[in-house]
Amino acid sequence: MTCARIIFTLSLCTGLPALAQVELSGSWASKNHEDALERGAGPNPVDFAGIPFNESGRAKALSYSQSQISMPERICAFYSQWHMMIGTFGVKIWNEADPVTGKTVAWIVGAWEDRAPMRIWMDGRPSPSKNAPHSQEGFTSGVWDGDVLTATTTHMMTGYLRRNGVMTSDQATMITHFIRHGDMLTLASALEDPIYLTEPYYITRTFVLTTNPMNLGGPPCLIGDEGVEEGRVPHNLPGKNPFLDEMFKLYGIPVEAEMGGAETMYPAYRDKIKDKFVMPTKCQKNCGAPAAGQN
Amino acid sequence: MRHGNASRLALAVALFTILPLEAQRGGGGRGGPAQSAQAAAPVDLTGYWVSIVNEDWRFRMVMPAPGDYQGVPMTAEARRVADAWNPAKDEASGDECKAYGAPALLRAPEHLHIAWQDAQTLRLETDAGKQTRLFHFGGWKAPSGPSALQGDSAAMWEVPARGRGAAPPDPNAPPQGKGSLKVTTTHLKPGYLRKNGVPYTENAVLTENYDMIKEHNGDIMLVVTIVTTDPQYLREPFIITSHFKKQASDSGWNPTPCSAKW
Repeated sequence: MTCARIIFTLSLCTGLPALAQVELSGSWASKNHEDALERGAGPNPVDFAGIPFNESGRAKALSYSQSQISMPERICAFYSQWHMMIGTFGVKIWNEADPVTGKTVAWIVGAWEDRAPMRIWMDGRPSPSKNAPHSQEGFTSGVWDGDVLTATTTHMMTGYLRRNGVMTSDQATMITHFIRHGDMLTLASALEDPIYLTEPYYITRTFVLTTNPMNLGGPPCLIGDEGVEEGRVPHNLPGKNPFLDEMFKLYGIPVEAEMGGAETMYPAYRDKIKDKFVMPTKCQKNCGAPAAGQN
Repeated sequence: MRHGNASRLALAVALFTILPLEAQRGGGGRGGPAQSAQAAAPVDLTGYWVSIVNEDWRFRMVMPAPGDYQGVPMTAEARRVADAWNPAKDEASGDECKAYGAPALLRAPEHLHIAWQDAQTLRLETDAGKQTRLFHFGGWKAPSGPSALQGDSAAMWEVPARGRGAAPPDPNAPPQGKGSLKVTTTHLKPGYLRKNGVPYTENAVLTENYDMIKEHNGDIMLVVTIVTTDPQYLREPFIITSHFKKQASDSGWNPTPCSAKW
C-alpha cells in the first residue's frame, strides 16, 4: 500500500458520517433503589397510582386476581418485554455480528426466567405484518441516534404493565432508549397502548456494569402445577375487588388516587388529595431498607 | 517494513476516528476563540418541564410513612437518624427545606424551569420548594463559605465521539444521542433523600446525567440519572432516575414553599 493510497483511504474514513455507537455488551446489575417493591416482591394489590389507563384498563386491572398465576395455563402468560423495565433482574447484553462484514445484525438482551430474550434487529429488516402472530418476545428493531440505541417492540402478547394486574394489550408498542454513561446503563422506556392507556406510560431505570455474569436463565418461564382446580379462573367481579382500600389501610393513600388515571402522574394531583391523605403513624409493611447485598 | 508502517499508520488513524470523546465543549477549535458552554450546548435543555410521577409514587406524591425506607441502601447509623425524624422540629428550626436539597430535589413532583443565567451558567429552578440550582461550566471554582442546600455544581457537556471531518449533527434529528449534561455537586448542607428523614451528610457527592429524548408521539423527555454517594449514611451509591416531560409554556408553574409535612 502506498502512502498516497493510505492517505486517500484515511481521508475517506474520516470524512464518513459518524455513527457514534457505544458498546452495550456485558452483564448489567439492576439497582432497585426506586420502585423497590414493584421490582422486588411485587406491588400491592390495587396500587394503580400513576398509571394513565382508561376505563377499560382500570376495569381489567380490578378484575384481576393474583391467584391467576397459579393456573398452569397462565403462570407464564403475563411476561412481555415490558418485564425488562419492571422486573427484578439485571440484564446481559451482547451483539450478534455478520461473520463476513463484522457488522452488528442484532443486539440481544438475554432472557431471564420468565422474560423471553429481546432480539433488537439492526439490519433494517421490515416489521412483520400487522396480522402476524404475536409472542411474548415480540418483534424489535433498533436504530442508533448518536450514542443512544432506540429499540421499538411490537407484536407482543398481552402482559403486565404493573405486576398487580395492570395489563398491556397485544396492540401495545414499547420504545426503549439505551443510554450509557460510563459503567451505568439507563433504560428509558415508553409504553403506548391504544386499548388500555390514554397517554404513554414512561419508566426509567438504571443498571450498573458488573463483572459477575448474569445468568441467562432460560428457557423463559416454566409451567408448573400449583394445585388450582381445573376450569376455575380466579377473578374479581365488578365492584367486588376485596383490596380496594388496601393502600389506604397501609399508607393512608385515598382510594381515588389508587384508581389511577393520567392525572395521578402529575404534580397538580397532590392538591386534589392533600386533605384526604392520612399520614400513617408508622410504616407497617415492606418498610425496611434492604439488608446489605440485597440491592 | 513499508507495509508495517502503513498498517501502523492506518491503525492509529482508525483509533483516532473511533475514540470516545468526553468533552467539555468549550474550546473554539484550533486557534479559535473559546466557545461558551451555551454556544457549545449539544442539546437545548432550556424551557419548562413537568415531572411524570409513576415511580416511587407513595414516597413522592404523598408523605412517606415514618420508617418507610424501602429501596434506600442506608447504613445502620442512617437508620437510627431517620427513626428520630421529627418534622415539627424541622419546621421550628427553620429546616423545612431539608428534603429539597440537590440530591432529592428532582424527585419532588414539580415543574422545572431551565434557562441560561449567563453563557457559562445554566440555572434550574423548581416550583416545589422554590429552589434554584446553578450549573457552572468551564474552569469555575467554588467559592469558600458554608455548605448550601443546593451545593456547588460543576457542569460539563458529554458529546459522542465523531470522526474528524464528520458531518455536524443534523439539527432536525432527535435530541437523544447528541450529547448530555453531566453535573457534579459537592459542598452540600446535610438534608434528606426522602421526605421522612432519610439523611445524607455534608460529605455526600451528587452526580447527575441529563439526557433528552424525543418519543414517537412527539413528547420531549428529560431523563436524569441521579447518583448520590455518602460514605457515612449509604452503603453503596444510591441510584435513581427521574423523568420529565417538556412543556410548551409555564402552564402549571406553581411556586410553593418548602414543607416538612406535605
